[in-house]
Amino acid sequence: MEKKMQKLKHLLWRMGFGPRTQSWDKWIALPENAWWPKMKDDSAIEPEYFDIADSAIKGLLMGIGEIGRMERRELDQAEKKRIREQSRDDLRNLNLLWLEEMTRTQAQLREKMALFWHGHFASRNINILYQQQLLHIIRQNALGNFRDLLRGVSKSAAMIAFLNNQQNKKQHPNENFAREVMELFTMGRGHYTEHDVKEAARAFTGWNFKLNGDFVFRTFDHDKDEKTVLGKTGKFDGDDIIDILLEKRETAYFIARKAYKFFVNDTLIPEERIKWLGDRFYESDYKILRLLEDIVRSDWFYAPENMGNHIKSPVEYWIGIRRVLPMELEDPQVQLKLQRALDQILFFPPNVAGWPGGKAWIDSSSLMLRLRIPQLIVDKGDLDVETKDDDDQQMGMKNANQRRLLGADVDWQPVLKQFSRLKENNIIPALAEYLWQTDAKVPLNVLEQYTDRHDRASYIKTAMIRLMATPEYQLC
Amino acid sequence: MLIKRRDFLKAGSLATASLFVPQFLKAVEGKNTLAPNGKVLVVLQMSGGNDGLNTVIPVRNDIYYRERKRIAVPRETSLALGDEAGLHPVLTAMKNAYDQGEMAVLNSVGYPNPDRSHFRSMDIWHSASAASEYWQTGWIGRYLDAQCAGRPSAAIEIDDTLSFALKGEQRKGLALQDPKRLYESAHSQYFADYSAAHQHIEAEAPVAYLYKTMAETLSSADYLYEQSRRKPISSAYPATGLGKQLKTIASLILADTDTSVYYVSLGSFDTHINQEGQQKRLFQEMNDALAAFIKDMKTNSKWNDVLLATFSEFGRRVSQNASGGTDHGTANNMIFLGGALREKGLLNPLPDLSDLDDGDLKYKIDFRQVYATLLHGWLDADAEKVLGQKFDLLQFI
Repeated sequence: MEKKMQKLKHLLWRMGFGPRTQSWDKWIALPENAWWPKMKDDSAIEPEYFDIADSAIKGLLMGIGEIGRMERRELDQAEKKRIREQSRDDLRNLNLLWLEEMTRTQAQLREKMALFWHGHFASRNINILYQQQLLHIIRQNALGNFRDLLRGVSKSAAMIAFLNNQQNKKQHPNENFAREVMELFTMGRGHYTEHDVKEAARAFTGWNFKLNGDFVFRTFDHDKDEKTVLGKTGKFDGDDIIDILLEKRETAYFIARKAYKFFVNDTLIPEERIKWLGDRFYESDYKILRLLEDIVRSDWFYAPENMGNHIKSPVEYWIGIRRVLPMELEDPQVQLKLQRALDQILFFPPNVAGWPGGKAWIDSSSLMLRLRIPQLIVDKGDLDVETKDDDDQQMGMKNANQRRLLGADVDWQPVLKQFSRLKENNIIPALAEYLWQTDAKVPLNVLEQYTDRHDRASYIKTAMIRLMATPEYQLC
Repeated sequence: MLIKRRDFLKAGSLATASLFVPQFLKAVEGKNTLAPNGKVLVVLQMSGGNDGLNTVIPVRNDIYYRERKRIAVPRETSLALGDEAGLHPVLTAMKNAYDQGEMAVLNSVGYPNPDRSHFRSMDIWHSASAASEYWQTGWIGRYLDAQCAGRPSAAIEIDDTLSFALKGEQRKGLALQDPKRLYESAHSQYFADYSAAHQHIEAEAPVAYLYKTMAETLSSADYLYEQSRRKPISSAYPATGLGKQLKTIASLILADTDTSVYYVSLGSFDTHINQEGQQKRLFQEMNDALAAFIKDMKTNSKWNDVLLATFSEFGRRVSQNASGGTDHGTANNMIFLGGALREKGLLNPLPDLSDLDDGDLKYKIDFRQVYATLLHGWLDADAEKVLGQKFDLLQFI
């Protein structure tokens, strides 16, 4: 494979969702040292707030929140039910809107990093308002400072509710929040004791939120006495604990390791690189963009053992297809079923630890489905997969009205433009070079047997679909 | 212009499966493999949190009737399991099994610090981790990792997608609705030819795992379809979801496939509102399917080699709620059916409703003890290796 092309695709795949066929020409024309600055530039703009929440929900939640005295009024059963149902619908739309953004935005780096944080700060909460607020905090700070991000997430209604901090009160502390902040968000296991968790939980007492999602510190519920956390003693509150956690280098190492696994290599992890990345991340006072820049500018980012070895997550896989093969989906809602069938539903991580990634994505059924999807798209086929129910989402109701037509009008022009000018016997190798990120040899004899050769356009189209229906295409 | 499905094969026309299995696979298989011992475990997941107290009913317990004025099952209509307990009236197949000494009930199964969220509690049951830990593999998956190399169809889930419980680090179970459908959907000549062109792929290549999965799927699809065609099932099964699923399981068992674990789910038992109708409907489906399955296994002299175990991510609260339903609870019972149980009937006392934890049952048996017992006592597996620690074994198997 041509080295420059492979490197560019590596960057676009790892720090984004793969090359977009419409803009490929522009990218490949740039000199290598202009790629990363362009990526950063493209992501420098402020993200748009995805304001999905139905106005009726806002009326209920925000209206009550704004009338100070009414704030603590309990919603009645009918209001709660209405919010739940509307929320579920809206959450689906937020999911779809985010997929669109990942597909179309130039700010690939920001959205990719937001996806990373979305898994890191895993939160299940069917309240659309709280989820859209949390997503915005993540997208706004995705490339900013981890300190701001951590603080923003920790004070979001979605996270406080998910980790039960409303129940964390002076009289009867709930340790869930404090434990997960240490275990999953900052240092990771092994760097704190059960005693630290207990004491930190006391510091987080009183952290709560209003119905409208605003953070509120309820001093009445807060334990104002002295606590000892990680060797420090004081009358700490939650903000102090976050500062203490960020003072620990383990936090920087923990994030650096996770980023390395996500962006570079999830199996081969040299400790000295984690230390180098972590130390620099720490010394930059947690500048996320700096961490990514260290990764991209290192001499190992483009090392052969780090290229073409990452199993695409379902979201990476799907968005990658949509970028490389421009299309208008007939029914975008089918993407919800698709996420479920491939086992990664945005806003519904498997647990607080987020998605495991790597080989966990691939089993017989998910792989065979991935191999069938490219053909299903052009055939406007039926996504004939029964997906599992989710009782947290459905409250005992069966999956109803699931959309399953995986049809799209594919705009083949950009693809044809890119490949038609080639000699016929170069077309399949060139397509493979564009679509795959491995050095695997293309079994030309097999592919030629399964392509439609009666005209050039058909040949390119069928070859592209076939090359995407391969194990190689699952990697980037 | 585009190739339609013309390359999808007619059944039976495929070259032998071994053709497209990469060579490195053939070389490594055989290590860490335990030959199947002829025993079959069927796991029936009752998704959504089945109300165990209305499944095995404490018919002499005043607290039960006091706390469930609207939804309690009267002693008179329940199916007696001895003097103290009764089964939900719909569960006649279980009652028959009980009378034959082929049913066991383990009460108050759970784990410390129970979680009331469906997905988290299910996550715990699937991974077999402690509630304080997050594991990324499932218990049956780790059994495959530890002892089922070279047996891609050692664990099968009857569904289109695979549950976390069956996902190991290196090996995963196989999900299929029925062998024919898997065969048809997986098998295009293109995939077979493409896979066959990669026999010489290196085991260390990043893509090797994908080829391994692809080859194993294609060869399993072949193998299972061929086996199941040999002995088409003759007995009648209800045309319900679970009926069809148990029929598929029966056909694979009777075809003597090398599968050790089958996994199937029924739901949703999340009965917050008007529990009676919903639970009854699901029980009816379960009962009729089980009746057909048990009969089939007995007719074909397989019942002694089969053990069916039910579980749910949690039980429900002791008191009914205001909507004629029950909310999420904690400990629950597990039911075991099979011809070769060593201990039968109620294996331990019914839950103590006067000793509750904030309205919820206290667990007495850690569910991982049950897993350890199933792994060790039924599948001859190394339970400690699979579960990561040693658990006291139960004696009913």
